[in-house]
Amino acid sequence: MNEKKGLSSSISRGFTRFGRNIAEIGTTFRDGDWTAKLSFVIMGFGQLVHRQILRGVLFLALEILFIYYMVSFGAGYLVKLPTLGTVESYVDKSGIVPITVYGDNSFLILLYGILTIFVIIAFVYVWRMNVAQQMRIRETLEAGKALPTGRQDLKSLLDERFHITLLALPNVGVFVFVILPIIFMICIAFTNYDADHQSPTNLFWWVGLENFKNLFSVGSSGFGSTFLTVLAWTLVWAFFATFLNFFLGLGVAMMINRKGIRFKKLWRTILVMTIAVPQFVSLLYMYKMFANDGLVNTYLLQWGIIKTYIPFWSNAMYSRILIILINVWIGVPYMMLMTTGILMNIPEDLYESARIDGANGWQMFRKITLPYMFFVLGPYLLTSFTGNLNNFNVIYLLTQGNPTSMNLSGGAGYTDLLITWLYKLTVNDTNYRMAAVIGIMVFAVTAIISLVVYRILPSVRDEEGFQ
Amino acid sequence: MNEKKLRSQSGHNRTVNIVIYVILILMSIIWLFPFVGLVLQSFRSYATEYGGMVAYFIPKEFSLDNYTWLFGSESSFPKWYLNTLVIAIFVAILNTIMIVGVAYALSRSRFKGREAMMQLWLILGMFPGFLTMICLYFLLKQFGLTQAGAIPGLILVTVASSGMGYYVCKGYFDTIPKALDEAARIDGASSARIMMTIIMPLTKPIIIYTALTAFMAPWCDYVFASYVAFGYSDSYNVAVALTRWVWTNDYQGYYTRFCAGGVLVAIPVTILFMCLQKYYVEGVTGGAVKG
Repeated sequence: MNEKKGLSSSISRGFTRFGRNIAEIGTTFRDGDWTAKLSFVIMGFGQLVHRQILRGVLFLALEILFIYYMVSFGAGYLVKLPTLGTVESYVDKSGIVPITVYGDNSFLILLYGILTIFVIIAFVYVWRMNVAQQMRIRETLEAGKALPTGRQDLKSLLDERFHITLLALPNVGVFVFVILPIIFMICIAFTNYDADHQSPTNLFWWVGLENFKNLFSVGSSGFGSTFLTVLAWTLVWAFFATFLNFFLGLGVAMMINRKGIRFKKLWRTILVMTIAVPQFVSLLYMYKMFANDGLVNTYLLQWGIIKTYIPFWSNAMYSRILIILINVWIGVPYMMLMTTGILMNIPEDLYESARIDGANGWQMFRKITLPYMFFVLGPYLLTSFTGNLNNFNVIYLLTQGNPTSMNLSGGAGYTDLLITWLYKLTVNDTNYRMAAVIGIMVFAVTAIISLVVYRILPSVRDEEGFQ
Repeated sequence: MNEKKLRSQSGHNRTVNIVIYVILILMSIIWLFPFVGLVLQSFRSYATEYGGMVAYFIPKEFSLDNYTWLFGSESSFPKWYLNTLVIAIFVAILNTIMIVGVAYALSRSRFKGREAMMQLWLILGMFPGFLTMICLYFLLKQFGLTQAGAIPGLILVTVASSGMGYYVCKGYFDTIPKALDEAARIDGASSARIMMTIIMPLTKPIIIYTALTAFMAPWCDYVFASYVAFGYSDSYNVAVALTRWVWTNDYQGYYTRFCAGGVLVAIPVTILFMCLQKYYVEGVTGGAVKG
């Protein structure tokens, strides 16, 4: 209900803002002198005339750069974006040595096509900024004030506009290495880019929703049943990895915190060691420890507890349980650290008054400790849950998603999470189209869970609860 | 009667404590077991007991075979180690600069598009990182930053998107009273000056935490590192190289060498971590509480 209102109002707000912008551009043009009018075409002209050299030169340079980019590079890719290229590569056998003549490169067309769209959007924004400045120049001069000089502009970047200085580089980085690739991969989900359509030797093209249909089709060739199996295990895993660790970590923290227990620091340090040692070392050691000829099996055999080795890593059920247990080993220290700090913050008088009322330990735990923990750690547990959905290292370094099975398509195994499956599809099968679809699914699952849980978190619903 | 009750209670307490001690000792054994195993195996004599897996825990003969081999002419371990160290140092410094900058801007400045930017970054964070692997690989390749150039490439990718991890740091900055800024501003200090001379010194713990976590991450980076350095072993980091050793067949005897390499990787990182533990705990708990 609320969101709907929020959405429709923000849409209508967007439209009014758009209208206001257009109107403002109109009045700027109408009321401006000839320099302002010329600045609509030659950016920075007005600024240059009014001796704002730095701004003028920057705007002019951006315009020239934009035109150069479009003519020499961008436009060509943009035109081909709807088809992703039509000229096939072929092998020219007329000479003595056959030569591959490369045609269109669909990968480049898609990537640079998207980039060009962004460049155009950015240019429109810069142009709008340029127009707005013409208006400001006029207003400032009419008010009889001086225009800011280049030196003042530069100085303001360290003061009132310091945030621009700080955020410029991170935003460029995020754009080039996060936003652009993500949009590119979302587009890949709607193409047939896979092992049979590898650029530059082969073209790939738009196929609409075909890959999504494939993901949900439950046939012999479809990914449907595999997707459901992997998704179910991913959720089960994330649930245990988060809550089992939480309760055990809390338990350990309470034991160490208990009055009368000595060497508190020693116990904590031993556990914290696991955080310090790089995970891949301990995980790989564990993997070897539980191998068929590993330490655990050989000792159990020697002691006569078992007759044949236990196939820890080749049995789906065993390996799933073992992964969860090993993750307890890894995760409990974090939770112990976290809950220790919070346990010390719970006001002692809460317990005092409960004790006077005759509450026993279990009741106090359930009525005071747990609610307080959930209140404070709610957001953390949520991020930890979504983090575990994507917990690549633990799964991949231990089992690589194995054991695989003929029942699962796309090379998936019974301990694969969506994320490790995505990795395998990319690296082993070069099935980029399905990898992209699964990536989008991971996003969907993460986003839905975050939104739903965020709404029911006690600390969000009732901020004052424990304050 | 009262006394009796008290005594029984303290007796009860004592049994509970004993049970807890037993549990804690058992836990300590379980938690330390892999490390002890790792160290013991790494000292197993390669010459007499070979390097594969064996059916016993304590080596029959201790030697430094594996370590000398790691630094011998046959292995590129020193190279891989140096690679990882270089990545870790650069990432630690540059990530921290990026994150502190973003956190300061978002905590102290109110500007148009601030909320939008934070929401966009939040949404971007929900996409799985490996989704974009092939695209990033291609981008890096354009700049010649794969295979032979994988080390700067990895640093670039890690640092470029590091700003998105500003949450913990910003949460800490938010707790520093704004009155401090305002007082300095009245004295004529610019925003940049306030950040460098007032905020940074007050937030030392969180800055150390940020640098420490950034330093530790590259030691575990397997996925992207192996993808970018694909087939070019001089550009491996320790995680990639040692993982390959473990996955080779056992008869090649790389198991104890892996253990020795693992010990060498673990020692400096662990020592550093233990020294800065205080800051780590502060960052972890503070970050969780403030969200």
